[in-house]
Amino acid sequence: MGAAPILEMKSITKTFPGVKALTDVNLSVMPAEIHAVVGENGAGKSTLMKVLSGVYPSGSYDGTIQFEGSERHFSSIADSENTGIIIIHQELALVPLLSIAENIFLGHETASHGIINWFEAFARTKDLLKKVGLAEHPNTLITNIGTGKQQLVEIAKALNKKVKLLILDEPTSSLNETDSNALLELLKGFKAQGISSILITHKLNEVLKVADRITVLRDGKTVDTLDTHTAKVSEDRIIKAMVGRELTDRFPQRHAKLGEPIFDVKNWSVFHPLHAERQMIKSVSMTVRAGEVVGIAGLMGAGRTEFAMSVFGRAYGQKISGEVLIHGKPADVSTIPKAMAAGLAYVTEDRKTYGLVLIDHIKHNVTLANLEGVSSRMVIDEPRELGVANKYRKDLAIRCSGVFQATVNLSGGNQQKVVLSKWLFAGPDILILDEPTRGIDVGAKYEIYGIINQLAEAGKAVIVISSEMPELLGISDRIYVMNEGRFVAEMPAKQASQEKIMRAIMKSWDK
Amino acid sequence: MSNVTVKSSEGTDMLRFIRANIRDYALLLSLLAIMVFFQFTTNGTLFKPVNMTNLILQNSYIVIMALGMLLVIIAGHIDLSVGSVSGFVGALAAVLMVTWKLDPFVSVAICLVLGAAIGGMQGYFVAYHKIPAFIVTLAGMLVFKGLSLTVLGGASVGPFPKSFQLLSSGFVPDLFTVALFGGPFNLLALVIGGLVTALIIYFNVKERREQQAHGLAEEPNIIFVGRNVLIAVAFLGFTFLMAQYKGLPNVLIVMFTLIALFVFITTRTTFGRRVYAMGGNEKASKLSGINTERMTFLIFTIMGALAALAGLVFAARLNVATPKAGLGFELEVIAACFIGGAAVTGGVGKIIGAVIGAFIIGVMNNGMSIMGVGIDWQQVIKGVVLMLAVFLDVYYKNKG
Repeated sequence: MGAAPILEMKSITKTFPGVKALTDVNLSVMPAEIHAVVGENGAGKSTLMKVLSGVYPSGSYDGTIQFEGSERHFSSIADSENTGIIIIHQELALVPLLSIAENIFLGHETASHGIINWFEAFARTKDLLKKVGLAEHPNTLITNIGTGKQQLVEIAKALNKKVKLLILDEPTSSLNETDSNALLELLKGFKAQGISSILITHKLNEVLKVADRITVLRDGKTVDTLDTHTAKVSEDRIIKAMVGRELTDRFPQRHAKLGEPIFDVKNWSVFHPLHAERQMIKSVSMTVRAGEVVGIAGLMGAGRTEFAMSVFGRAYGQKISGEVLIHGKPADVSTIPKAMAAGLAYVTEDRKTYGLVLIDHIKHNVTLANLEGVSSRMVIDEPRELGVANKYRKDLAIRCSGVFQATVNLSGGNQQKVVLSKWLFAGPDILILDEPTRGIDVGAKYEIYGIINQLAEAGKAVIVISSEMPELLGISDRIYVMNEGRFVAEMPAKQASQEKIMRAIMKSWDK
Repeated sequence: MSNVTVKSSEGTDMLRFIRANIRDYALLLSLLAIMVFFQFTTNGTLFKPVNMTNLILQNSYIVIMALGMLLVIIAGHIDLSVGSVSGFVGALAAVLMVTWKLDPFVSVAICLVLGAAIGGMQGYFVAYHKIPAFIVTLAGMLVFKGLSLTVLGGASVGPFPKSFQLLSSGFVPDLFTVALFGGPFNLLALVIGGLVTALIIYFNVKERREQQAHGLAEEPNIIFVGRNVLIAVAFLGFTFLMAQYKGLPNVLIVMFTLIALFVFITTRTTFGRRVYAMGGNEKASKLSGINTERMTFLIFTIMGALAALAGLVFAARLNVATPKAGLGFELEVIAACFIGGAAVTGGVGKIIGAVIGAFIIGVMNNGMSIMGVGIDWQQVIKGVVLMLAVFLDVYYKNKG
């Protein structure tokens, strides 16, 4: 390559308490290049982009960032935006009840002395919309246009800020085929005008369509940089780089003793809680045996959490249809208390928002889902409650100063153990564990796998939702692959591989 | 390492404990400091038996409502309607008893049920229709302010029957008639004070025994003993003062029973635990199988019943129902809870805190009135105290 890179990130290392998110990551982007960054969930893509855009300010990471030939120390998003680096997040940052023009100029109003010149804003918005190929009136409210068009408004907003490097985080994850293609064409158009883009996506077919070079991240490290012009790059080649890691004994041994099917879901369909026309779960059926660990694989947004929460007392969605059988009999799971009474437990993926009362201590959190178990006639028996909390503290090896320690001060792994304790004490037959090891260090992960195995050995049915495929392969007996609200494949874990799962997902997209 | 325990000295233990519980002690000390301050500035009027009795009567309805308001605030809501509801119920009581000549006991029962129904209705909108409590109770505040005007026809209605007045102006009759300390002395009051003191200390010691049995007694011995001595001195001293006047007011008994009941509910029952949990994290509580809607509904129902009781107490004290009754009560009640350490975000707060908060406001009202501070400056000073209390709370919380 003759020209100098417009962006050069060198040996970026970013550490969070207890976790090394990025280790010596390098990324260079040439002028007028579309550069794809791919990797599994948790590989460090988002963290890298947050470092680049100043969300994690200079000084909170190691390594250097060079942009247009000089070293940069961004301390905020405003800093990086001023130099022309603009990031568009997966969750769009538009104000729904303001118009397109108002959103585009939000914070950069065309004003003098605080008085907005709406004619200028209007004219410039029209201009920008033309550039991104969006035929909407500038006064249209954001809430009245679809996600695809909103994406274009975001890009128009970026253009308005004199963008030199555009970063798109999963831009097509909520777009249909036509919108996705239009967006990719737009990126090619920008390239022709000399604007570089970084494209973060799971959809490898899109990557191959537009990317000039591809950087693959795995476990917070750069594992490969592929040039699509000099060598023939296939999806398989990328997948291998993404997932190619040795499976050593990161998982405790277990000998499955499968019993009768105790949990069946039939033709489960769910619609989005706000957009009634959007079907999130499309006629999903599954069955789980006593003593079995069943994994649900899929990418973010595949509908796994939505499926689990809708089964658990309709905690998600509307217009839910389908049938749940527990021990072969139809079960009423229409409210959370009923689902719990039927023997279900759902351990959330977001333990801070949905799992724990953070300001309260371990003891109160452990008994929260089964206060009846430590009380008689509504009066709590404190010594009994204390005994229960201490038992789980010991059984699950919760590391804390005592059961009166506030859960907000625990590490992620120990918080997760508290949430698990809560549900174990509720005494369910079927446990749905949603990303049970997210944000947890390797040692604690191993302990959680051990707990899962014990549960299965005790004859419970365990469903594990995880975005970490090696984990699913390591702990499950059987795996369902989910994409776009459907189960697109089912395979025994012994015959499954990461490539197979990825291919099943990609194939369902191609349809 | 693990079997080597470092014996820390009593001193550092004590410091650590005080630091961990500074909020509770600071609150109590503030009340004492304010009382001592006014004792001086009012030339000793504050602690006079007749004034102490007045203090109780003046504040009883605020304390009663603060109990329910604390539940509401812990659950993460607010109730702005309590002043209007108490005024409305007082007005209704007057119409029932004075105009319609209904039996006082029946009237009181009707009023309490109606209060609960009003609270329940507001709770229904908050819980099941997810309308912010601020809006629902703001509407309730206007509605019931207007309705009490309608019920009374814009005029004051009274006086109440003798038996109803006793709710606020009555005293627990003395069984022994003795003259002591240069006047009639209500020995029963002192006996009750002694019994309650003994009971509280008995429960404290029992709890400490249990804690010690589980190795949980964090409170250093000196502080435990000191705290109990202080409780004994406060209760005995207080009842001693009251005994020199007319004894214990009926409303004090009502108030004290309710305080004890609500301390029990918030600390020992599943209901109380769930209120804290849903205030601390509603989503997590819901996913743990707690029927948060029904909880909210019940909390507002309880608040309504307590507002009704407070309205009755207030009406009985004035012996007349006026259209202005209850005006601004909600502000004092809410202020009491926040001075008492409740968090606006929910999940945090103690009954005793709210009660002390109510008395801090009460003593300030009383002391400043005796000093002759105008109503204008009283409000300014109370506002500053509220701001200061919450500021210090937040400031020290952020400092860790």
